[in-house]
Amino acid sequence: MPDTLKFHFDIDGSDFSSAGAASVMVKKKLRQLAYDPEIIRKVSIAMYEGEINMVIHANGGTADVEVSDEEIVIILSDKGPGIPNVELAMQAGYSTAHDNIRNLGFGAGMGFPNMKKYTDYLNVDTVVGEGTTITMKVKL
Amino acid sequence: MKISEIRDLLGASVLTGEGILDHEVTSACCSDMMSDVLAYVKDQGVLITGLVNPQVIRTANMMDMVCIVFARSKTPTEEMIELAKECGIAVMCTEKRAFETCGILYTAGISKCNEDKNA
Ligand SMILES: Nc1ncnc2c1ncn2[C@@H]1O[C@H](COP(=O)(O)OP(=O)(O)OP(=O)(O)O)[C@@H](O)[C@H]1O
Ligand SMILES: [Mg+2]
Repeated sequence: MPDTLKFHFDIDGSDFSSAGAASVMVKKKLRQLAYDPEIIRKVSIAMYEGEINMVIHANGGTADVEVSDEEIVIILSDKGPGIPNVELAMQAGYSTAHDNIRNLGFGAGMGFPNMKKYTDYLNVDTVVGEGTTITMKVKL
Repeated sequence: MKISEIRDLLGASVLTGEGILDHEVTSACCSDMMSDVLAYVKDQGVLITGLVNPQVIRTANMMDMVCIVFARSKTPTEEMIELAKECGIAVMCTEKRAFETCGILYTAGISKCNEDKNA
């Protein structure tokens, strides 16, 4: 595979019912391409956590997935409120989600720890009031 | 245990996944918090829940789970059933509450989902 495979998604922040759909799509594509199930699992869980975060915390954004010979790169970009304290946000159990989010089954503060657990590289680039870009890499 | 045995034990009605009722499952997890399912579930298995939204199906898909049991007569929407079908996940509904559902399956030999310690 000489070319890098690329997927792009616009993540609608106004419609919770579609949250996670892009990750399901990526998982399906990677399965069709017969990647190792463990790799697929890591990529899809990490992306899903990030995608849900964009919808519940940042009013949506874009998701880009790039597959090369060496790695799968996931870039999630939003123009949401930004994250004031990334170190704190990365801690297990830390969440600013309200009850309405918890009623939807999210907001335990486990997303970032999970993204870290399932990826080989995680970078959070965020500016309060401007937005957040999350880059994750899983080695093949 | 086969997925069909889960249906029989719970007196559940299968909404999609007739074709994979012979599939063997050994473990299950019960939660209304998808965050926790994502964080603590490891191997393939069954998700028992009272939460009804498309993220239940998507979360199960992410975790490679093969069967979802909606407890206490919670009924998924057509859209959710369609999504589960696409993902190859069996979906069933039981009148039993989550606690009883878990008890029945546990007694019948279904174990808890192992936590993912090595990832
Ligand atoms: N894209 C984002 N924009 C702004 N804030 C974010 C974003 N992603 C995460 N956060 C902040 O970081 C916190 C921790 O995120 P994390 O994903 O770990 O937990 P959560 O989303 O609150 O709950 P869970 O992921 O368990 O459902 C969030 O509560 C939120 O305050
Ligand atoms: Mg989250």
